[in-house]
Amino acid sequence: MFSDSSLLPIIAILPFLGALVPGVMIRAGRTACASFTAIPTVLALVMLGTLAPGVMDGTVYRAEIVWLPQLGLSASFFLDGLGLLFAGMILGVGLLITLYARYYLSGEDPMGQFYTYLLLFQGAMLGIVLSDNILLLLIFWELTSLSSFLLIGYWKHLPEGRQGARMALTVTGAGGLAMIGGMLILGNVVGSYNLTDILAAGDQIRASDWYAPALILILLGAFTKSAQFPFHFWLPHAMAAPTPVSAYLHSATMVKAGVFLMARMWPALAGTDMWFYIVATVGLVTMVLGAVIALFKDDLKALLAFSTVSHLGLLTMLLGFGTPEAAIAAVFHIINHLTFKAALFMTAGIVDHEAHTRDIKRLGGLARLMPITATIGTVAALSMAGIPLFNGFLSKELMLHEAAHVTWYQNPWIVGALATLGSLFSVAYSLRFIFHVFGGPVRDDYPAKPHDPPFGLWAAPAFLCVFVVLIGVAPFLAQPVVRMAAEAVTGEELSFYFKIWHGVNTALLMSIAAIVGGVILLGLHRYLDRLWIAAPRPEAKTIFDGLIAGVVGWMRGITGWLHHGAISRYLAVFVVATLVVGVAAFLGGEMGQQTRALTPIPPVAPLGWLLLVVATVLVVVHHRSRFRALVLIGVIGLMISLGFVFLSAPDLALTQISVETVTILLLLLALHFLPKETPVESSGGRRFGDAAIAIAAGVAVAGLAYAFMTRDFNSISDFHLANSKSGGGGTNVVNVILVDFRGYDTYGEIIVLGIAGLAIFALMESLLAGPAGRRLRNADYTLDRSKDRHPLMMVVATRVMLPIAMMVGIFIFLRGHNQPGGGFVAGLVFSIALLMQYMASGFAWTTRRQRLEYHALIGFGVVIAGLTGVGSWFAGRPFLTSSFGYFEFPPIEEFELATAMLFDLGVFLCVLGAVMLMLFGLSRLARHAGETVNKEPMEYDPSNAVAAATTRERR
Amino acid sequence: MEILVATAVGALTAGGVYLILRLRAFAVILGMAMLSYAVNVFLFSTGRLAINAAPILTGYEAGDYSGYTDPLPQALVLTAIVISFGMTAVLVMFSLGAYLEAGDDRIDMDGPDTLPDGEAEVTDGAEDAAHLTIEIEPKESGA
Repeated sequence: MFSDSSLLPIIAILPFLGALVPGVMIRAGRTACASFTAIPTVLALVMLGTLAPGVMDGTVYRAEIVWLPQLGLSASFFLDGLGLLFAGMILGVGLLITLYARYYLSGEDPMGQFYTYLLLFQGAMLGIVLSDNILLLLIFWELTSLSSFLLIGYWKHLPEGRQGARMALTVTGAGGLAMIGGMLILGNVVGSYNLTDILAAGDQIRASDWYAPALILILLGAFTKSAQFPFHFWLPHAMAAPTPVSAYLHSATMVKAGVFLMARMWPALAGTDMWFYIVATVGLVTMVLGAVIALFKDDLKALLAFSTVSHLGLLTMLLGFGTPEAAIAAVFHIINHLTFKAALFMTAGIVDHEAHTRDIKRLGGLARLMPITATIGTVAALSMAGIPLFNGFLSKELMLHEAAHVTWYQNPWIVGALATLGSLFSVAYSLRFIFHVFGGPVRDDYPAKPHDPPFGLWAAPAFLCVFVVLIGVAPFLAQPVVRMAAEAVTGEELSFYFKIWHGVNTALLMSIAAIVGGVILLGLHRYLDRLWIAAPRPEAKTIFDGLIAGVVGWMRGITGWLHHGAISRYLAVFVVATLVVGVAAFLGGEMGQQTRALTPIPPVAPLGWLLLVVATVLVVVHHRSRFRALVLIGVIGLMISLGFVFLSAPDLALTQISVETVTILLLLLALHFLPKETPVESSGGRRFGDAAIAIAAGVAVAGLAYAFMTRDFNSISDFHLANSKSGGGGTNVVNVILVDFRGYDTYGEIIVLGIAGLAIFALMESLLAGPAGRRLRNADYTLDRSKDRHPLMMVVATRVMLPIAMMVGIFIFLRGHNQPGGGFVAGLVFSIALLMQYMASGFAWTTRRQRLEYHALIGFGVVIAGLTGVGSWFAGRPFLTSSFGYFEFPPIEEFELATAMLFDLGVFLCVLGAVMLMLFGLSRLARHAGETVNKEPMEYDPSNAVAAATTRERR
Repeated sequence: MEILVATAVGALTAGGVYLILRLRAFAVILGMAMLSYAVNVFLFSTGRLAINAAPILTGYEAGDYSGYTDPLPQALVLTAIVISFGMTAVLVMFSLGAYLEAGDDRIDMDGPDTLPDGEAEVTDGAEDAAHLTIEIEPKESGA
């Protein structure tokens, strides 16, 4: 059934879908590109509009797409008053920015990219305000950091742009990380990640021991995003972005995300002393500090950036007060700030665009040259100053009223006084914006001759100015929206009326003081500016860069110590760390009782054990003479195979012994090219240390293995034993597990093996093409070699053995399902049989007789195994379900055929192909090393010798 | 029997760890091979030891499986053995390639600043690189 709520996910996803379009549409021209960017925004706005009346009536729309309900993970959205206000602002301003950017960006800027980033960002912001699940909210939160990084660094050629983008990402990203921690704590305290549940559990959260850490972590996220002191410094540096970005991100959206979050979490977190002292104080400090710095900034955008910092501080402070009245003021100011600040940013952009400078000291007198822009800028700036009849005045009055009634640490006037001071500076820099840019005489030294821009550029700020004036003159128009959002913030019914004239009260007096003081301050600006420039002050960027360099240096030190290019050091660290973790786990836990009696030791076992241990010790002692070590490794492998036979694992024994053979062959081939001896390189002390690490690891593993073997635990193995015959049709349970129960695993493993084979082949190809190939071709030879590389006896013996070996392989393959054997072992046996031919009869002779490429074998293997699995779909069962039946062929007795056997064939082919490809690759190296190839299977043909002898005799 | 298996695993682990801490690729390959043995036997032993109890069903009797050892670790180890072969092969090929490209088979990076203290006696790899010697049979026999 279609309900209104189901629009929510669509609204959230629309910008992301839309983001795909501009990159393509840019080929159709800039206007088309902008139009297509506007479409998803307009659609989302329309959908939001259909939901708006319901929200105004107090309905909260919810939509949930369940994903992992067990973990509380679902894509759930909800829309209440606050969400509607923000979503409307994000989409509405987004639309205006789309229009503005169309005319602002020059022909050289890649506009398609810009609109794609813009829509990505818009989608991320919408996601934040619509999310009902805090984990989902976190994802969107991080997405805003990422997409704003792209937008701020949009002018990639400007170093300030790149640095500003990095700084913004670092600061907001770090805050986001902190917030993840806070949100997870919050979710744990409440037992749900649903925002609705969390907001309803405010008392529980505030009473929890975890309230303080959760609050601090979440506030870190909000403060960094909303550029609160001491994290405010990234915002001015982000002004290197194109002006449309600044107007969007830094007036209406991104920086408001932190404010939004504080407003959203208000019912859950606000109302404690801790909240008040942290939030209100930080807000107050930020407000005053931002306003003071803004007055002394000559760059128009820097002025506006610090003014934004100041106004965000104001909002934060209001939310920090924790009273419903303050929340109303905050919501009202969010709307007002959006209208005048976005308009001001756009005005600054127009000035920059037309006069080619944003330096206030180089501007002035623009009112005559660009009257439209000047009007827009003046209206918006007056509102920012808080002059009556503009909307900024109304919310500033409310703020001052609240500030005047707050007691901060038993001091009833400090907050009010500082708020007035902030407003005073706010008036000063607003008026400076008006008089120093538009006022004064017309100059003749502008970098470009300024004039009013085309309609497209001033339409958006003019539209916003309409709201500035409309709300300023008739505040009751904004009342329903503010009430709706404020009720959503506080969660209680509110009744209030906005009026322009409240009579002469404290707030009005404070306002008048601020305006008068601001005008005086502006008059003194010239002198104060000199003082300001002369005064020493901390430069945020230097501090930040130093901090980053310090952290990087520190981390580099740690990394360099752990892993400084020597893999032996790294492995030692790894082993020791694993040991420490294991020992810690062992000491922290409790060991169960030994429940199994020891298996008796048969007389022959100690002998095998002795051989194995002695061989191990000898490998370690003699590892420098490499051939000897290889022989000894072979002994170990053999002993392990025997151990498998002895301990009821015939399949493993078969596999181990055939793998052992090919491994030794492989290593022998490799050793052909490597030095035969390992030089002594490490000092005695180092060897002693390594030995200590090794022995500790050995003792730990031995202890673990012993503990494991002497204790019982439940496993799922009985299932396999019970169903092997009835379900899988085979009596060799190990093989049935491989090809049936865990066929998917096996399928993956043969693919891995095949990839390993192909990787080796590719590596060899590139090696031979590079310097290694040249070096090989010019290699010297030091050892004498046998005159008879392919002795007759061996050639004959291997040829006789080939069919027998194949027979054994086929036999092992066929019996695999019921008796020890199977595709893995058969593949290895076949490889050994073929390798023997290579060794005995030579490379060229064998290759000539090879009809099938090994790559193809791997491919066939994987395809056959895969198709067998797919085949079970046609029988209506899941992938790789095997089926089997019994057939009777007259000469043989009853015979079982299972699809598993086909799968095993795939395994067989893949193993064969991979193993052969690996060894084949190695033997190819030899040919490049200049080794001659025998044309005949035997270089030394005794019959020739006999013939020669006979000839000699005759002579 | 458990003691024998456990100590054998321990010995293989210790030998393997010692060898992977050496400075030459070949020793590391040997060490990895020994570690693979150790891990495989360890995994196998998690199914506990049993003699004459191979998981090959004989009587198809239902319900009583006490006569068979645990088949699951065996199946896992079987593929692990084959995969560890593949791993060894790739490792061998890497070290061979590195040897042929660089002229020595040391596994650590060059440069005095990257070498840990107390290992000053490392031979100069550049010398080897200039003149690669493969000790294989000469091109043509003396004839």
